[in-house]
Amino acid sequence: MNQLLNFLGENIQMIYIIILSVFVGVEVIGKVPAVLHTPLMSGANAIHGVVIVGAIIVMLNTPTDNILALALGFVAVVLGTLNVVGGFAVTDRMLEMFKKKK
Amino acid sequence: MEIKYILDIIYLIASVTFVLGLKMLSHPDTARKGNIYAAFGMTLAIIGTIFLYNHSDGHTTREPIKIILILAAIGVGTVAGWFTAMRVQMTKMPELVSLFNGMGGACAAIIGLMEYEHNLGQTGALTTIIAGLIIGSVSFSGSIIAFLKLNETMKKPIRIPKYNILNTVVMIALVLFGAYIVYAQPEHLFLVVLLFVFALVYGVLFVIPIGGADMPVVISLLNSFTGLAAAFGGFLYQNQVMLTGGILVGSAGTILTLAMCKAMNRPLSNVIFGAFGGGSAAGSGAEVNGSIKDISISDTAILMNYAKKVVIVPGYGLAVAQAQHVIHELELLLEERGVEVVYAIHPVAGRMPGHMNVLLAESNVSYDKLVEMEDINPQFATTDVVLVVGANDVVNPAAKTDPSSPIFGMPILDVENATNIIVNKRSMNAGYAGIDNLLFYQPKTSMLFGDAKGVLAKLVTELKQM
Repeated sequence: MNQLLNFLGENIQMIYIIILSVFVGVEVIGKVPAVLHTPLMSGANAIHGVVIVGAIIVMLNTPTDNILALALGFVAVVLGTLNVVGGFAVTDRMLEMFKKKK
Repeated sequence: MEIKYILDIIYLIASVTFVLGLKMLSHPDTARKGNIYAAFGMTLAIIGTIFLYNHSDGHTTREPIKIILILAAIGVGTVAGWFTAMRVQMTKMPELVSLFNGMGGACAAIIGLMEYEHNLGQTGALTTIIAGLIIGSVSFSGSIIAFLKLNETMKKPIRIPKYNILNTVVMIALVLFGAYIVYAQPEHLFLVVLLFVFALVYGVLFVIPIGGADMPVVISLLNSFTGLAAAFGGFLYQNQVMLTGGILVGSAGTILTLAMCKAMNRPLSNVIFGAFGGGSAAGSGAEVNGSIKDISISDTAILMNYAKKVVIVPGYGLAVAQAQHVIHELELLLEERGVEVVYAIHPVAGRMPGHMNVLLAESNVSYDKLVEMEDINPQFATTDVVLVVGANDVVNPAAKTDPSSPIFGMPILDVENATNIIVNKRSMNAGYAGIDNLLFYQPKTSMLFGDAKGVLAKLVTELKQM
């Protein structure tokens, strides 16, 4: 119990961010027309590619003599980049097609 | 001036661009800009992390070799991601989104695997690590299965007997296993790797029984899972941008998933646990009466030429056959002759909501020709010819009449109110949901068999000669 309280107390700012972000996420896409469901999903998909920041941090914290960890980190950064770059590029391509019509 | 503050501000800017980006993505006029804003914020966050991040314990070092490795990895990912995204055909978009989603999940899982050892003894940190590891792995293997299903590499939903019970048991076991690791904190990585493998297996089991028609919902759900996994990483590193980005996608993704389910008029639980096209399909198949009627290309051309109003109902078959350009040609030709032509867009036509809009926009069909379901349904009564191209489940009357049908309750396009219905299909195979369609047996319905692109091209030639 004490441990849990300590954990919550030490991370209270993070917990604020989480709760507020949940509401922002819900509000922000409130009434999206069905037409935009696919691009929106694709755009959100690109945004969670932010996990790449974690992969970079792991690599920065790894000592250079730990080859296995560096290799794993390398793979993680490649995968994260694929998510980010591919995600944003695909979304842009989809939306480009909508634009032409206006 | 503390260097840490610069990075904090960069993260703040990036977080704001994510919120703005998502907001703008949900309006047609601003969507493209919103995507670019978010991409800009992401670039800032990545560059900032590479050059400015420092761990509070002072573990962080920047030997040239590491920076080179990181930049090389980003280079490889950028080139591969960019080219795949640019080369892929519009029809393949949904599977690509699924694939990229899986990459993010795998990235989160690897971070979990690597951070475990460094955080032994800290229960709070280990909890977030294990949670991120499990969710990331499930999202990864689930996305790959979804990708294979959309790809049609894996065609039929595979159902192990009692898969609902099995999946629930596996899920509970997975959570207990994770909890055990956090509690016991084994020093050796073996059990953690085992947990990783176990989570991968669960991801496969989770998606494999779900029918292809429901894949968009599954991808959207897995998308919010990956967001959650990223957020756990953010919690671990006290990293605000990962946290906001991850949670935003987690919550927005959940809302989007529910919106998609609503368009199909099915609760989410039904998608995940309800067997789509299982035994009940066979049951309703037995009641089929009436017979299938063929129609020739020239008869179709005559019928359309003398119609006042033609409604085209496009489905995924149109996309598969790459017939979106030739159908636009048909539309223009008919309009030249004074026929009114519109497209009826069912919210879940194609493989993803909005998929048909993207495809038809690609071939320059104008926006106002795409009519949404609620607006087109009352118009069918005054329609002379409905041309259904590669669509099936979205025009299946069983959704209204047969309570035992797996799609019962889904709103459909009321094409049966039109005077003539012409259905173009490759064969009499059942639709994506794997169920029979009584519409094809109605006296007003004629079947125009053949590949959509070939048939439509012949129809265009025929019309030109008239």
